[in-house]
Amino acid sequence: MHWARPHSSSIRKECSMGVRIKEFPNVFLDLPPEGKKDLLRTMIRIRSFETRVEELFLAKRIPGFVHLYIGEEGVAAGIMSNLRKNDWITSTHRGHGHAIAKGAQMNRMMAELYGKRSGYCKGKGGSMHIADFSVGMLGANGVVGGGFSIAVGAGMTAWMKKTDQVAVCFFGDGASNRGTFHEALNMAAIWKLPVLFVNENNQYASTTPVSYGVSASRISDRAVGYGIDGYTVDGNNVVEVYNVAHTLIDRLRSGKGPILLECRTYRVKGHYVGDPEKYRTKEEVKKQVEENDPIQRYTTYLLEQSFLKPEEIDALWKEAKEEVETAVRYAEEEPYPAPEEALEDLFSPEQEVWV
Amino acid sequence: MSMLSFSEATLQAMIEEMERDPTVFVMGEDIARQGGIFGQFKGLPDRFPGRVLDTPISETAILGSALGAALTGLRPVADMHFADFISVAYDELVNQIAKNRYMFGGQANIPLVVRAPDGIVPGAAAQHSQSVEGWLMNIPGLIMVSPSSPATAKGLLKSAIRSNNPVIYFEHKVLYPQKGEVPDTEFLTPIGKAEVRRAGKDVTIVAYSIMVQKALEAAGNLSKEGIEAEIIDLLTIKPFDMETIVTSTRKTHRCVIAHEGVVHGGAGAEIAAQVQQEAFYYLDAPILRVGTKNVPIPFSPPLLDFVAPKVSDIEQAVKQVLYREGR
Repeated sequence: MHWARPHSSSIRKECSMGVRIKEFPNVFLDLPPEGKKDLLRTMIRIRSFETRVEELFLAKRIPGFVHLYIGEEGVAAGIMSNLRKNDWITSTHRGHGHAIAKGAQMNRMMAELYGKRSGYCKGKGGSMHIADFSVGMLGANGVVGGGFSIAVGAGMTAWMKKTDQVAVCFFGDGASNRGTFHEALNMAAIWKLPVLFVNENNQYASTTPVSYGVSASRISDRAVGYGIDGYTVDGNNVVEVYNVAHTLIDRLRSGKGPILLECRTYRVKGHYVGDPEKYRTKEEVKKQVEENDPIQRYTTYLLEQSFLKPEEIDALWKEAKEEVETAVRYAEEEPYPAPEEALEDLFSPEQEVWV
Repeated sequence: MSMLSFSEATLQAMIEEMERDPTVFVMGEDIARQGGIFGQFKGLPDRFPGRVLDTPISETAILGSALGAALTGLRPVADMHFADFISVAYDELVNQIAKNRYMFGGQANIPLVVRAPDGIVPGAAAQHSQSVEGWLMNIPGLIMVSPSSPATAKGLLKSAIRSNNPVIYFEHKVLYPQKGEVPDTEFLTPIGKAEVRRAGKDVTIVAYSIMVQKALEAAGNLSKEGIEAEIIDLLTIKPFDMETIVTSTRKTHRCVIAHEGVVHGGAGAEIAAQVQQEAFYYLDAPILRVGTKNVPIPFSPPLLDFVAPKVSDIEQAVKQVLYREGR
């Protein structure tokens, strides 16, 4: 396998005049060897899951629509490796990677994609609505920009209960143009809530390039308007993402207020599986796949630094493949819900206050 | 019993529930420093520091963050300032709050109350006078209640706060200063149960919120003409108490539905559809609806008087179903 060289990159915090005032080192701040391996494992698990989901969708095993996270794994892995189980995240319609990285089980995710009863949402949600509240994954969201204020509310819970939990809101470049972005960042800022707003700038809002649809040159520049810190990192360099998130999430836990983190990444696959992708060239995608793949870049880094041996990396791919195949078998074998189960789960059971 | 205004009754409900459960908090515009534009939160922030939050004018973030707080262990009461502004946070209400539990397979409880002051205030015109329950009738996953008296205002608000599901609490702005008897001992007004306010044999009038008073006034006038109306105070608009409505209608054979919201596509449309299905062979006349005419609420007094539902409109509808007057 060919391992591309990691890109050199800079991580900048910009003040209102756009002056660089701080840099993070591009080496791990604080991560034992097993942690370095876990980062790669998470990325490989996401990639393996998504690759198989694409095949299954094209083979008509999975109904509906799927939006794949391939090429963006560095963001989910780098951020989530700094979170605890009782921290919260809100996710997007492209949320499989977030769920896996936060600790959701692949078999129940796959069962949900199949519409089976043992899926996370008993077949009521599907790909765009996976949640696992038991690990703090407060849900993917079919509405672009729907997660901002939900994350703010989770931050309010930490604030009012005086815990050191944090909430992370994942959102795309397109979502940064929603009014919900404005209201949520302002509200989080006035109350200094522990919310990390993680922008996954994958260059396309559905079919609209970020260069056309976003007025700011950096989405992180928008932080200035809320009096909070904003950073832009290379989201395809998981070392950078990990390091910056490590520092920023520590800062959140100490009660210093919300932060906006833009992770520049690239959506390798179409907006959805089946997207004719008329808005970009095949060459553009090919160049990204060959030169900017987050897993390849990190693998090269680990090998160059002798943190991992090639056979260990091969073993991670093999393990992930087995995990995915187990999940597929599980999803295939599990029963569909009974039709009338469509009428369940609308309301929580009540005793005292309902007739 | 104590004589309390609606504002005082709802404030008592807030105090009792916030004392009872430390996870209950309230957020909204102008509620802490100002005490609410109708005085309904007066003194609450002093009693519960840190649990009565003034928000920026950000209805979207108010309802969205209330959902996030509810999902993670708090019991938020979100004040909408005016029910009209629900539209600003419509996505949060209908696509997030209403659907969260269902689309995630019943994983979460959503103990969330939206307080929504609604109804016609003379001169407030199109964007501060609406009754918007019709906007939400079509959304599975939401509960809607609306009190008609200080006692039910207190009892329903307490029930709404204790409910583990999203409840929209519509409180009519004109009613805030009105006084009525409220029991001194603790009580809840159950969700999903209507109350018969006046017994009668000739016609059933289904009403809620301020229209219950207007229906009672109409019934008094009709009584002088020998017509005895039975008045059902719905209290819960959705899911409404079909049993009470149908039982009464089967007895009286006639049904008039009165609400302040626009007639077309309003809550009354659903009630009428269900009543005709359950009581068709008992009905001696078509079900009639009384409500605001099919235009936004106008400003000028004669215009408002023409479109808003009045006591005389209820009387006329009753006479119509009794064939006392022609169309």
